[in-house]
Amino acid sequence: MSNELLKIKNLSTSFRIGDEYYAAVDDVTLTLNKNEVLGIVGESGSGKSALAFSIMRLHTRAKIEGEILLNNQNIVKMSTSKLNKIRGDEMAMIFQDPLTALNPLMPIGRQIEENLFLHNKKLGQQGRKKRTIELLNLVGIPRPERVYEQFPHELSGGMRQRIIIAIAIANDPELLIADEPTTALDVTIQAQILDLVRELKEKIHAGIILITHDLGVVAEMADRVAVMYAGQIVEIAPVDKLFANPLHPYTRSLLNSVPAEGQDRLHVIQGVVPTLKNLPRTGCRFAERIPWIDASHHEEHPELHEVESGHFVRCTCYEHFYFPDNKEEQANGVS
Amino acid sequence: MWKFIVRRLLITIPQIIILSIIVFILAQMMPGDALSGLIDPSIDPAAVEQQRERLGLNNPWYIQYVDWVGGILQGDFGQSFRFKMPVTELIGQRMVNTVLLSVVTLIFTYLIALPLGLISGRFNDTLLDQAITGYTYIGFATPLFIFSLFMLWIFGYNLGWFPTSGSVAPGTEPGTIAYWLSKVYHALLPGISIALIQVVSTVQYLRSEIIDTKQKDFIITARAKGAGEQRVYNKHIFRNSLLPIAAFFGWEITTLITGTVFVEKIFSYPGMGLLFLESITQRDFSVANSLVLLFGTAQIMGALLSDIILSIVDPRIRIK
Repeated sequence: MSNELLKIKNLSTSFRIGDEYYAAVDDVTLTLNKNEVLGIVGESGSGKSALAFSIMRLHTRAKIEGEILLNNQNIVKMSTSKLNKIRGDEMAMIFQDPLTALNPLMPIGRQIEENLFLHNKKLGQQGRKKRTIELLNLVGIPRPERVYEQFPHELSGGMRQRIIIAIAIANDPELLIADEPTTALDVTIQAQILDLVRELKEKIHAGIILITHDLGVVAEMADRVAVMYAGQIVEIAPVDKLFANPLHPYTRSLLNSVPAEGQDRLHVIQGVVPTLKNLPRTGCRFAERIPWIDASHHEEHPELHEVESGHFVRCTCYEHFYFPDNKEEQANGVS
Repeated sequence: MWKFIVRRLLITIPQIIILSIIVFILAQMMPGDALSGLIDPSIDPAAVEQQRERLGLNNPWYIQYVDWVGGILQGDFGQSFRFKMPVTELIGQRMVNTVLLSVVTLIFTYLIALPLGLISGRFNDTLLDQAITGYTYIGFATPLFIFSLFMLWIFGYNLGWFPTSGSVAPGTEPGTIAYWLSKVYHALLPGISIALIQVVSTVQYLRSEIIDTKQKDFIITARAKGAGEQRVYNKHIFRNSLLPIAAFFGWEITTLITGTVFVEKIFSYPGMGLLFLESITQRDFSVANSLVLLFGTAQIMGALLSDIILSIVDPRIRIK
């Protein structure tokens, strides 16, 4: 029996703009093992969330190609009724914005119970309530009996995010996708929610895909990290290797943009993430944001290369990359 | 929740008092008074003056106001000059008709609006949706009085399925079941006519609310739980989409109570709208005054009803 929980093969998720489809997730292949935490980082618009939604098959108007195998069942080809059996049970998702992700007219308790009701018919009403209170306790909600009766608008953003986490873990999912779970929260609350996710990681034994643009979070929580840019994985490696030896120009630029102590200027990456319609579809997609690197250093059809065990980098341009304001490196790089 | 309803009820009291003062002042500002229409110009002015004094018409306005309100509180709205009967009795008869017509209209409105709006919103941009929105556009563009004439001509005169005028078949004994059935029967055609035209805005509201709600994040949450399409609609989308319809409900009742003058006229249906029109053209001021007061009160009550319904449906509205 393999240890593989999720296997994504050549996944492309395309959205229709006008009369044509544009791939927001372009030929992504990756695996997630049981109990593993995979961090996915990238700027807004890099396709992280589109990837997460594809795994849950939550896109309503997207064309999904390739394979997503969860315990060897292909989610892409699955019937809706089968899918609904798996969603919320074998796989679950924590959403970005707790302020909008809860039904404003439904009491908290019932929103959690709905998930139990849909996948565990044997539980009965009393059992569901008991389990719900248990879950509320688990995610650190004070006075769960009271919150059970309350409505979303009566809770703070941090509390609501805890409720969303409670809904996600209600049926002990094997795969848990956290789509930027802290982006919409205050900094102090962010730390609390991350602590909670870390705590739960020990308790629920799920494979977790943690999507974020916070490299610090990834460094702390993930076992492996995939860096996404413009719909592709540009680098994927075990977390220690990625931070010790970041290779792809995009990864290095991201790490370089984290403000360091004593730094007087913030490093930024030139340009912006191209919009879906204007994504460069040939050659190295990051090339236009590092124009000082000679075009000949890019591959014509960039592939992922394994540079050390488990550490893959796309395109050969990383071998020649330097930061423009770093003269010394420039000298080395060009030679 | 009960606290909210009680508080909301208390707010209506000053509203109604202010309304009554405004109505009274407007009536005072009109030329003439309750006596000038009744008296023969050849009567001795001194005798008229004596009558005025006796009837309290020379008192300051606030005393007259208190007298007037005191009468209303006892159900005395004065006398109708034209019909020579107490206003209370006159309005009472019409009120029954109007309420009956309103109920019939409302039932048909929601019977048509809910399924059409739901289908249209859920399957938006399909052929079915286009057919339904097509109907709403025709409904918006069709004047109610033209449509009513058309309905009357087809179903009343040509097919003879419905009575063409009045509110009850002549000769039926008031209070019997046959009497009430006849009343409902008379209200059907005007009610359906109003419903078919007025329903289109509700259909449009519901449609756009559903289209809006089904893209909300909590719908994605529901899907991520593994809820099937039917459940997502029944438990999450539908209720959230009903909020504006609920808010609309009180207002809709108000407009129906105040009567639909054209429809009443076309179907010769003796309702409040027709009475109001007649009382103004005939300068039957005590009736007109009472009706303005009544309509204003209906307006306030409609708003009250809307708020209470909303507070039941939406927990965020309940004021602590």
